[in-house]
Amino acid sequence: MTTTATRPGVGPSGPQRSRAAITAKTLRTDRWWLAPLITFIGLGAWVTYATVRVFMHKWYFVEEFHYLTPFYSPCLTDRCVEGSSLFGTPLPSFWLIPEASFTLPFLLLFRLTCYYYRKAYYRAFWLSPPACAVPDGHEKYSGETRFPLIFQNAHRYAFYAAMIISLINTWDAIIAFRSGDGGFGFGLGNVILVGNVVMLWAYTLSCHSCRHITGGRLKHFSKHPVRYRVWTFVSKLNVRHMQLAWITLGTLALTDFYVMALSAGWFSDLRFIG
Amino acid sequence: MGTKRHFRVWRGDESGGDIQDYDVEVNEGEVVLDIIHRLQATQTPDLACRWNCKAGKCGSCSVEINGKPRLGCMTRMSTFEEDETVTITPLRTFPVIRDLVTDVSFNYEKARETPAFAPPAGVAPGQYRMQQIDVERSQEFRKCIECFLCQNTCHVVRDHEENKEAFSGPRYFIRAAELDMHPLDARDDRKQYAQASQGLGYCNITKCCTEVCPEHIKITDNAIIPMKERVVDRRYDPLVWLGRKIFRRDELESESMAPSVSTGVTGAGDATPFSSARLAEPPPVRDDGKMDVTEVTLPVQGGPSPFGDQEFPLPLDQISYHKPESRD
Repeated sequence: MTTTATRPGVGPSGPQRSRAAITAKTLRTDRWWLAPLITFIGLGAWVTYATVRVFMHKWYFVEEFHYLTPFYSPCLTDRCVEGSSLFGTPLPSFWLIPEASFTLPFLLLFRLTCYYYRKAYYRAFWLSPPACAVPDGHEKYSGETRFPLIFQNAHRYAFYAAMIISLINTWDAIIAFRSGDGGFGFGLGNVILVGNVVMLWAYTLSCHSCRHITGGRLKHFSKHPVRYRVWTFVSKLNVRHMQLAWITLGTLALTDFYVMALSAGWFSDLRFIG
Repeated sequence: MGTKRHFRVWRGDESGGDIQDYDVEVNEGEVVLDIIHRLQATQTPDLACRWNCKAGKCGSCSVEINGKPRLGCMTRMSTFEEDETVTITPLRTFPVIRDLVTDVSFNYEKARETPAFAPPAGVAPGQYRMQQIDVERSQEFRKCIECFLCQNTCHVVRDHEENKEAFSGPRYFIRAAELDMHPLDARDDRKQYAQASQGLGYCNITKCCTEVCPEHIKITDNAIIPMKERVVDRRYDPLVWLGRKIFRRDELESESMAPSVSTGVTGAGDATPFSSARLAEPPPVRDDGKMDVTEVTLPVQGGPSPFGDQEFPLPLDQISYHKPESRD
C-alpha cells in the first residue's frame, strides 16, 4: 500500500515549521484594488440614492397612468396618494416610516444575505479580504459561524419573501397599462416598469437558495426529471447572478427616477398608445 | 534567440530568507517553470522547486507569481510585458521547506480526516450502477489536481493561522460536496460533518478559491454554496427541522440508505453523531466468511490480476493468441 508523504514529527503534534519570511503584504502588481473600489462606489451610491428616495415621501406615483415606483410598492401609510395603495393604509404617517414598510426590509434582507452581495461587501466594505491573496483587514476572523453573521443562513426565507414581492411588482406593472381616460394605454413608462419586473424575476429566480430548493438538494436527479429540468434552468440563470444583481440595481434606480421625474413634472411620458 | 528579463525569486528556508534578483533569458513559448529550470541550469543550481508533469495536471508547481497563486507550468511568459519584473515566491499559507518548496501536509491531514466514500452495505465493488445525470455534479470535483492553490489563497487560513485546526479549506469542501451529491454514497451525515468538523461556516464566499482554480472548478457556486444550503436544511432551517420532527423523516430516510461504518483513517468522522435510526453494520462478508477485495486493502497499488501472480511478458507457449512474426 502506498503511504502519503507526511514525514513523522511534522504537523500538529510535531515541531511547527514557519512560513516563508516575505515582508511585503502582497506582491500583486495588477490593479487588484479597482474591483472592490468600483463595488464600494456603486453600492454606496445606490444605497444613498435609495435612502434619500425612500424618505422623500413624494413623487412616487403618476396617477394618470398608474405608474408606481417599486420603492413605494405596496404603499401602506396614511399619506399614500389616492389610487396608489392597493392593500389599504394600515400604517400612520410618520416620516421615519417608509411607504413600503412591509416590503423594503425583506428586500434589503434578500440582498444583504444574497451569496453574490456577500462576496461584494465582504470584499469592498469589510476588506475580508479586499482581493485574493491580499491580506484580510482584520486581526480575528470567525466567518459566518457566530452571531450575527450566522443569520446569513436565513437567505432562503428572504428569497420566499422576495418571490411574493416580485408578484406585487408584477401586478404594479400590469395595472400600469392605462391611459389618462381609464382605457388601455402604453408608454415608455410601461416599457421601463415591465423591463424592471422581468429583470427582478430573473435576479430572484437565479438565487442560489432557489437553485437549492428547486433541485439542488436532490441526490438522484434521475428520479425527479421535472425538478432536474427546473434546476438546469435555474442553474443557467444562476451563472449570471452577479450580472443580474447589478442590472436590477440599475433598473430599480432607473424606474424610480423615471416615475419621480414624471410625478414631479420634469418631463412628460412618451406615449405610444393612449 | 530570447531576451533577458528581470526576475525576483524568494530564496531561503524556515530560518529566514529574502527575495533575490536575477536576469534570465526568456524564449518564445516559455512558461514560468521553464525560467525556474533555466535558473537552476545556469545561475542557481541549488534553487529548490517542486514540479512533475509540466502540463498542469499534477498540481506540483504551485507558486505565487507576482503575488497571485498560480501553477508555474501554466503561466505563460507571454502574459507579461517585456520589461515587467516577475516575482516568484513560495505559497504563503504553508510552512516553507526551502526556496519555492512548501510543506503542504496540512492538506493531507485534512484529507485523512474526511470520511471516505461509503457505498451502501451489500453493494460490492463492481456492482455500482448509477446514471450519468446523478453523478455529473460529483464528476466536476473529480477534476481537482490537488495543487492546493485554493487552500493557499483562502484568507481563512492564509491570514489567520489559528483557524487551521477548525477549517479544512475549499479543496475538502468540494470533497464533502462530491460525496454528499454522489448517488451511491450512503452516509447521510456529511452535512453535519462539513459544518461541525470541517468549519464550513468560516467560509464567507469571497470566491478566491474559484478565481485561482487552474481546473476552473466552480468551487464556490457548485460545491460550497450547495453544501451551505444543505447544512441549512439540516441545522438552521426551522421549518425543515419542524417538518422532520413531525413527520419523522429521519427514520424514513435511514431505511432507504444503510449507514456506513467508514469514519476516515484518523477516525475524526466519529465525532459527528450519526442521524440514522439503524445501528451501524459491519462490512459485507461473503458466504466463505471473507470480504470482497478492494485495492485499498491490497499491499500493492491497483486491483489484483484475475489471472493470479504473473510476470510479463508471458512465455510464448503460454499465450492464447497468435503473436505475429517479427519482420527481422
